[in-house]
Amino acid sequence: MNRTLDILFHNTTRFFAISVLLVLAALFFVLFNEAKPAIDAFGLQFLVNEKWAPNMDIFGGYPAIFGSVVSTIIAMLIATPIAIGIAIFLSELAPPWLSAIVGMAIELLAAIPSIIYGMWGLFYLAPMLREIWGGNGLGLATAGIVLSIMILPFMAAITRDAMKTTPAILKESAYGMGATRWEVLKDVVIPYVKSGIIGSIILALGRAIGETMAVTFVMGNAHKIPQTIFKPATSIPVTLANEFTEADTDLYYSSLFYLALILLVISFTVIAIAKFWFLRNLQEQKV
Amino acid sequence: MVKKTVAILTAGFIAASAANISGAGASFPAPVYFDWAYIYQKETGSQVNYQSIGSGGGIKQVSARTIDFGASDKPLKKRALDKKRLYQFPAVIGSIVAAYNIPGVKDGELKLENRDLADIFLGKIKYWDDERITEDNPNLKLPHEEIVVCHRADGSGTTFNFSYFLSHVSDEWADNVGIGKALDWPTGLGGKGNEGVSSLISQNPYSIGYVEYAYKLKNGFGAAVLQTKSGKWVEADEENFKAAAKYAKWTPKKHFYQILALQPGDNSYPIVAATFILLPRENAQMNKEVVKFFDFAFKNGDEDARKLGYIPLPEDTKEMIRGYWREHGLY
Repeated sequence: MNRTLDILFHNTTRFFAISVLLVLAALFFVLFNEAKPAIDAFGLQFLVNEKWAPNMDIFGGYPAIFGSVVSTIIAMLIATPIAIGIAIFLSELAPPWLSAIVGMAIELLAAIPSIIYGMWGLFYLAPMLREIWGGNGLGLATAGIVLSIMILPFMAAITRDAMKTTPAILKESAYGMGATRWEVLKDVVIPYVKSGIIGSIILALGRAIGETMAVTFVMGNAHKIPQTIFKPATSIPVTLANEFTEADTDLYYSSLFYLALILLVISFTVIAIAKFWFLRNLQEQKV
Repeated sequence: MVKKTVAILTAGFIAASAANISGAGASFPAPVYFDWAYIYQKETGSQVNYQSIGSGGGIKQVSARTIDFGASDKPLKKRALDKKRLYQFPAVIGSIVAAYNIPGVKDGELKLENRDLADIFLGKIKYWDDERITEDNPNLKLPHEEIVVCHRADGSGTTFNFSYFLSHVSDEWADNVGIGKALDWPTGLGGKGNEGVSSLISQNPYSIGYVEYAYKLKNGFGAAVLQTKSGKWVEADEENFKAAAKYAKWTPKKHFYQILALQPGDNSYPIVAATFILLPRENAQMNKEVVKFFDFAFKNGDEDARKLGYIPLPEDTKEMIRGYWREHGLY
């Protein structure tokens, strides 16, 4: 009897695990299938073609791809150092009571739905940025800032948790040998939690590149390669959110699926590279 | 509170026993459809659910037969209607205004030649104090500020009608951008829905965008004085919308296919547009219910439509539509 249960349990969990793969495969298949007419019509030219004119059935994905990648890069450039700084302060420097309060606040921030960041961006940040750098305050830079604030608490929380796992004995030995705080951080804590930090960056990157609601409001929604990062642009999820319901020609519809497929491939590639390359390097170092 | 809940619940039960109509489509007439549905339910107990998802969505859903009626600002031609097996008739007329937010310039003070409006949207006129604008507005002090152009980011019947107008006043627009529900905009910011464009305009000083007149009223924007077909200045007000609507030449044979931009006449505002209802042809029983609703609205809804900034169809047009219903056995 026990044995039957055991086999049953084994098979059920295996089925659950495999179903993830099946869903992934099905997702990929559907996207590819729906994107097929656009792939046939535009081929890889779609990736570099700048013109997006639905009324003429001409579609190029370059502005959306460009916007996705650049806004994510801006967000990562802003968020990574700040998040690591926060994590260091909370886990190593702050008195415990302060660390507890700020830590809680950061966890709360991480739970805010992204649309709220979008509304804040549109109604508060954009007018402020308009005062600072002119123009209309909507565009890649604004989107990058909103994204960075959105992913920051998330990155900081994970990094802080990782830093807390540094064994006290390691740090104490270093202090005992006369190391300064900076040296302990640089030579003990950060090397120890490197994989945690990179993990948090990857997760945040995944979140930023696929983010829709926070940036739809502040991107400016223009299918153009902006001359500067302060000019309106678009990104893949923003284009999909704006245009799906009204895509009435087959090629239009299919081109949006093509964009979705590209987004999936980009996210996949980023995570795969990060996972297989960085993390393996790290493990080799440790051994 | 309890009373209210009970009232809502009973209303729900009554509605469940009466006809329950579902429609979806254009956002441009949505406010007036909601209003009509409300008074219709109060009067008859029949419920009309309308989802404002955009004209493209309305056409798609009614073609797939997932709803009882679709609504579109872009009329379909006879051939498309035959292919999708749909009936089509107009329900109400609206107008599109060039709404601006220029500090110090009040509603109706700014005059724009139709061609200049096209060049603003083409990105060729970049500043408010451009000579081509100031020469028509000698009494206004227009600032040397960059024009922030606001347009739709989603596909839209409003865009279709606006670009139809621009294509007929500017060859360059016709050649480079053209007519459509979604365009390759040469310049500007995109907002989702009439609401999205409105919020862009109110947020950005020195901006201009095109919205349905009801949204201009709601947000208190200024609307530019444009030109009639023959070049006469014409203000964006209800009298002039009505003057334009008068010239519509409806033909039931073509299922009322008609684009109302640039009608002749001395007081005809140049961008008015009818919005249309689409019905699945085989759906005889339900169509009667839908037609009953619109017939009720034609009889009782004019005042509300006017209040919301729309122009009710003229009586003879309504009669023509009733004739169309009769001819197809819907009435």
